[in-house]
Amino acid sequence: MKNREETYEIMDVCLLAGKIMLRSGAETYRVEDTMQRIASALGIEQSHSYVTPTAILFSAEDRKPETTRLARISERTTDLKKVVLVNDVSRRISNGIIDLDEARRQLREIETSQLMFSFWLQVLAAALASGCFVIMFQGGWYDFLPALIAGGAGYYSVILFHRLIPVKFFAEFLGSVIIGVVSYLFIKFHLGVELDKIIIGAVMPLVPGLLLTNAVRDLMAGHLVSGISKGAEAFLTAFAIGSGIAVVLSFL
Amino acid sequence: MSYVEQLVTSFIASAAFGVIFNAPKESLVKCGLSGMFGWMVYFTLTDNGFGPVLGTLAASFLIAFISQIFAKQYKMPMIIFSVAGVIPLVPGGLAYDTMRNFVENDYNTGIALAVKASMISGAIAVGLIFSEVLNHLIRKSGSQPTKQQ
Repeated sequence: MKNREETYEIMDVCLLAGKIMLRSGAETYRVEDTMQRIASALGIEQSHSYVTPTAILFSAEDRKPETTRLARISERTTDLKKVVLVNDVSRRISNGIIDLDEARRQLREIETSQLMFSFWLQVLAAALASGCFVIMFQGGWYDFLPALIAGGAGYYSVILFHRLIPVKFFAEFLGSVIIGVVSYLFIKFHLGVELDKIIIGAVMPLVPGLLLTNAVRDLMAGHLVSGISKGAEAFLTAFAIGSGIAVVLSFL
Repeated sequence: MSYVEQLVTSFIASAAFGVIFNAPKESLVKCGLSGMFGWMVYFTLTDNGFGPVLGTLAASFLIAFISQIFAKQYKMPMIIFSVAGVIPLVPGGLAYDTMRNFVENDYNTGIALAVKASMISGAIAVGLIFSEVLNHLIRKSGSQPTKQQ
């Protein structure tokens, strides 16, 4: 049995861990599992959490009246490194290696740290992946370079538009329009051969792969609300990409 | 030659997706490996006349299976390894063809392709689920003898 102040502090740490994980693209069931593990390792035996992609509800039921707290998640990115780090912290708490204060310090450090690969490295990776996809989808090496440039330009513009325009799915739409235009220009100036292959390869880095796999895993774990809403987000993203390409194709 | 080509490109593409998803540096090679093995299964099966649905199913099963082994070995969440590997299986080409046919007012072909694309997406999901189930079964059968002792 913990007193009220201690309970609040433990809940703070749990919510912080949950927030970081959910923002970085972890599965919903993993967030719930981690928060409950941390809570029980630090002394709250009875805890319940309800996590959706947009909010975390967490309640401790050790003493009456039970405390419930809510954290709103408005922005989600993909940063698997942070998921791994928080996972490590939670494991160390469970094993009793670190205590509450140390855990809070480490989590705050993870929250504020910038662990992303540099922007240009990500664009380069997207470009490289696009080029490789052309070969994987039975295209010729002559389309490798056009897809590489189109894919890089597309990914670059998606990130850029995300910063400029806070409307969801619009960045993906504009990005795929740019991919379509760049690919078409390559064909027009006879630098590329198969328009289809170049566009398909270049679009692949925008595909909502993480959302798709997370949706499946959440549905399997019985988190129907999260699974379906992530599935919807994935579908809308795919739809935005498709309509961007469709806009360009309809002008050809 | 084409197999070597596929091997190299699928490895690079999956590892590059590891960078896009900001996976930890030390796991990038493993992302590439899981993607490479999955793609090779898919490519070999489709190359030998099996349909893309079956190929996708087998490939996503293998990717999830490998990812689980990696996850246990390196004590990291499984998604780190599976996400990058699954991306090449996403039916991007079919989705593109669907869109193209819709734009060209050929709705019948478009719908047929859309159904095919959703079948393949379903196959990815089912492959992941099968692998998870298998993992549970192995873990259960592995832990029971120790409980009885």
